[in-house]
Amino acid sequence: MSFISPTLDYTLLSPILILLGGALIGVLVEAFVSKALRSSTQLTLTIGTLVLSLAQLWKIRNEQSMGAAMGSVVIDGPAILLQASILIIAILSILVIADTDHFTALAAALPGSEQERHSIQTGNQVTEVYPLTLFAISGMMVFPVATDLITLFVALEMLSLPLYLMAGLSRRRRLASQEAALKYFLLGSFSSAFFLFGMAYLYGYSASVSLAGIRESVVGGSGNDVLLLLGMAFISIGLLFKVGAVPFHAWSPDVYQGAPTPITGFMAAATKVAAFGAMLRIYYTVFANAEWSWSPVISMIAIITMLFGSFVALAQRDVKRMLAYSSIAHAGFLLSGVIALNKSGLDASIFYLFAYGVATVGAFAIVTLVRDSSGEVTDLNRWRGLGKRSPWVASAFAGFLLAFAGIPLTSGFIGKFSIFSAAYESGAKGVVFAGVLSSAVAAFFYIRVIVLMFFTDPMQDGTSVEIPSALTRSSIIFSILVTIALGVFPAPLLSFITTLATFIR
Amino acid sequence: MMMMTSTSIVYLIALPLAGAVILLLAGRRSDKWGHLLATALCASSFFVALYQLSLMFKRPSQERAVSQKLFEWISVGTFKIDAGLLLDQLSICFVLLITGVGSLIHIYSISYMAHDPDRRRFFAFLNLFIAAMLLLVLGDSYLNLYVGWEGVGLASYLLIGFWNEKPAYATASKKAFVMNRIGDMGLSFAIMIAFATMGTVSFIGVQAAVEQTSTLALTGIGIMLLVAAIGKSAQFPLQAWLGDAMAGPTPVSALIHAATMVTAGVYLITRSNFIFDAAPSAQLLVVIVGAITLMFGALIGTAKDDIKKALAASTMSQIGYMILCAGLGPVGYAFAIMHLLTHGFFKAGMFLGAGSVMHGMDDEVNMRKYGALRKVMPITFVTFGLGYLAILGIPPFAGFYSKDMIIETAFNAGGIKGIILGSVTLLGAGITAFYMTRVMILTFTGTPRWDEKAQPHESPWLMWLPMAILALGSLTSGYLLSSNDSLVKWLSPLFESHEEHHELLPPILVSALALVMVAIGVAVAFLKYSRREIDAVAPKNVSIFTRIAREDLMQDRLNEALFMRPGQELTKTLVKTDAVIIDGAVRGIGRLTIATALSLRGVQNGFVRSYAAFILIGALAMIVAIWVVVQ
Repeated sequence: MSFISPTLDYTLLSPILILLGGALIGVLVEAFVSKALRSSTQLTLTIGTLVLSLAQLWKIRNEQSMGAAMGSVVIDGPAILLQASILIIAILSILVIADTDHFTALAAALPGSEQERHSIQTGNQVTEVYPLTLFAISGMMVFPVATDLITLFVALEMLSLPLYLMAGLSRRRRLASQEAALKYFLLGSFSSAFFLFGMAYLYGYSASVSLAGIRESVVGGSGNDVLLLLGMAFISIGLLFKVGAVPFHAWSPDVYQGAPTPITGFMAAATKVAAFGAMLRIYYTVFANAEWSWSPVISMIAIITMLFGSFVALAQRDVKRMLAYSSIAHAGFLLSGVIALNKSGLDASIFYLFAYGVATVGAFAIVTLVRDSSGEVTDLNRWRGLGKRSPWVASAFAGFLLAFAGIPLTSGFIGKFSIFSAAYESGAKGVVFAGVLSSAVAAFFYIRVIVLMFFTDPMQDGTSVEIPSALTRSSIIFSILVTIALGVFPAPLLSFITTLATFIR
Repeated sequence: MMMMTSTSIVYLIALPLAGAVILLLAGRRSDKWGHLLATALCASSFFVALYQLSLMFKRPSQERAVSQKLFEWISVGTFKIDAGLLLDQLSICFVLLITGVGSLIHIYSISYMAHDPDRRRFFAFLNLFIAAMLLLVLGDSYLNLYVGWEGVGLASYLLIGFWNEKPAYATASKKAFVMNRIGDMGLSFAIMIAFATMGTVSFIGVQAAVEQTSTLALTGIGIMLLVAAIGKSAQFPLQAWLGDAMAGPTPVSALIHAATMVTAGVYLITRSNFIFDAAPSAQLLVVIVGAITLMFGALIGTAKDDIKKALAASTMSQIGYMILCAGLGPVGYAFAIMHLLTHGFFKAGMFLGAGSVMHGMDDEVNMRKYGALRKVMPITFVTFGLGYLAILGIPPFAGFYSKDMIIETAFNAGGIKGIILGSVTLLGAGITAFYMTRVMILTFTGTPRWDEKAQPHESPWLMWLPMAILALGSLTSGYLLSSNDSLVKWLSPLFESHEEHHELLPPILVSALALVMVAIGVAVAFLKYSRREIDAVAPKNVSIFTRIAREDLMQDRLNEALFMRPGQELTKTLVKTDAVIIDGAVRGIGRLTIATALSLRGVQNGFVRSYAAFILIGALAMIVAIWVVVQ
């Protein structure tokens, strides 16, 4: 057997390659650029890389190819749309991350040690977060376009490993942050093992690691069904873990709370797009013909996830934990797009992912602004009367919450409406019913926060809203504008998605 | 038939909208020039309208309507709605009235609001109103109309409550808003029924679908549209808000509560002519509402001492005329519109006149404290007087042409209906003459009954110029619109032609009768008010009828007795039920939910080993579930 040298289509891969290149240069910047210039260099480099990648993506938006990397990667409409969503969310997140006050001075120092105190005094900054983010983003970019299980797994690890690290970089409450990072890492590895195990079963079933090969076996019905079912179940567990669906969600409240807030926003938004992107591709193309076997189970998980997320969010007193449970509920809503298994379900899911991602980054960006002398204030009781002190910030937060609740004239309403109607069309009435029910519950706790901010008297406890830096401010403004614009004029984006989003097999 | 498209209709709306946005965003920075910009933008919108009119004249009458698609608004599955505009013979009439009278009122307000620290905000709201009102008359579907409909409601709320530091004014704006909501519900129900039965909400689509739709559905839509019109146009039984709306600055009363917004109901009914023509019962209801309101408003007008409230009552009554006429079907639509246009001139003119009087009298609105202002405010007197002659229907003033047409059409409605309607309109004309003469006498003639501090003076030219232009309109518009049947012919392509024509009374006799009624009304008013001194304080020992009329014909009492008090009782009972049963249940559920949530939260114990165990258990459960499904 002779070795065939791989042929790569560099144009189609360029958005991903640019990111990897940028990340590598970022590592060199860490090594060679002086401390004073490092942070601004990194910021410029990272944003430049992301914008360049996005521009490149725009150029190839009408391309379709199975052979960009020897059949390991596919470029089609959904791929372009998901990658673009990831990049836009990443740019918005970087603007918030750039406020380096969130990150520890020296990640390697023990919390409370002399070394840490010293590094704070010398004005150290963790600028490694930029290349780490770029690596994570490149993994996320590959995840939804991978067409064989090996690439899929590599992408999964590539996006996960930097995130584990980034979760532990918080400047304040470092122990909690490191605990979160460790938990995320342990549980992530555990779920990766399931994923890998599932890959093995699927290979056993079809004697192929490529999605196309597995699909052929599923369509042909040859092979041992037990292997297929186990494979599907284990692969699904890996994916459901990443999106935070019940019962594989347990990590997310702890990690969301412990991680530095800008990272939480990035993680919640971008990881969801990537993981759901991969999930949509796998279920829509590979497992579609075995729908009878998995659809009831995934529906059950969707229902439990929605209800669990919405109900438990009610009992939260911490804004980051509340948003974490809200994100669990949203994972449930998004699963109904997977269950729909029709064209409108795909369109709606992509729209939903983008809309939700942008609003999430904006919401967490606002959480970074509410502080007292010891850092961010995430206790909801201390958010009382925020609307009276900082009407703009509180209004923007209210806007994001209304979007999460799915109130009309926000992107959330259009997203929920289209995703539920797609699921309804496909006959998943139970899921839609549970979705509407838990949306009602969810609306309650979102609106409770709005009431808290606007209709109660402020507490005299030193909580104040920091004037956002220009970068954070532009991120919030852009997010809220998109959130409202997509609620009022959703049609252009919806029709753009509709024309573009078709999986090629 | 393909309709011509245009790309410039949107500027009509975009110009004033831009004004509102700029003024609100620029904030205090635009205090110096904001009012000028707003006025200029409104006026340029008027010129765009004139240009559009000139283009329409050049085209043959069947091709005058043009449309413009703005963007795809909502498109989810089969549910698709475009935001589009439609400029046809009917909407251009409204556009010219709105932007024309609107510009004059902008000019007037520059001076009227000169001392108000928030003048810029006022102009921003005025521009917002103009934009919303234009959207209302230019939308090409019921849904687009609805957006404008809500927009004018909002602008009206903001403007009535403009001086919201006074609690009474804030309450008035709230009352107007809430009563309008009832009407808005009607409109949304109409849209829902139309969409459910016809599958479309565009005017063209609905018109085409009328033939295949059951009379029941059409009657439902018609009645709901009527409810909407009743709310917006202050018709019986939702008329009470209009009097309170006079709390707003007087230019607002002139623009919104006389010339434009309150006529939106008339627009809605004429625009929906195809529905009402196919739903006779709804149409009959329109006529009844119009007839009741025109008498109602006229009677209230006789007893009001507040000059603006007297004018508001008169507006109510005049719109009653229009609604009645629009309910008479194809023969009536054009005359309803004609009266609407002439009314726009003379009533706006009189409101501005009232504003001018208030301006000179330290914001005094009680007519009993006026008197003999003819000498100190000659221009206001003349312009107000021209409006007065127009509303009375004295030839050759505007009201003569338009009101006579309505009375004539009412008589010709046929049978006993014709006689009743004719008599009502005729009687209304007499009462109108009475109360308007009363206003004239109390305000401008007799002896001064001013407060000691009052120093009445004529208003500056920026204020009297618009009044003069409107007075000119009161003088000429009737003749211009009716000579050669020009307006009727202009509008004819929109309404199904209708040949049957029973003539109960010859036109000349109708005119004569109307003039006699007016003469009687004027004479009675002269006898009652001109021959003896008028008390500066309203007399208490008056007849029961006067007292009833002073209280808006007991409408508020009626509302109170019929709705408010039973409503309050109901609320009390409900509160009790709520506290005991519902709250108990809710708290129970709430407690249960929170307890569940807390116990679920307890699962979140922070130990990685437990989390990993969940994942494992979850995985096993999933495999079992798949196994069950497969079996």
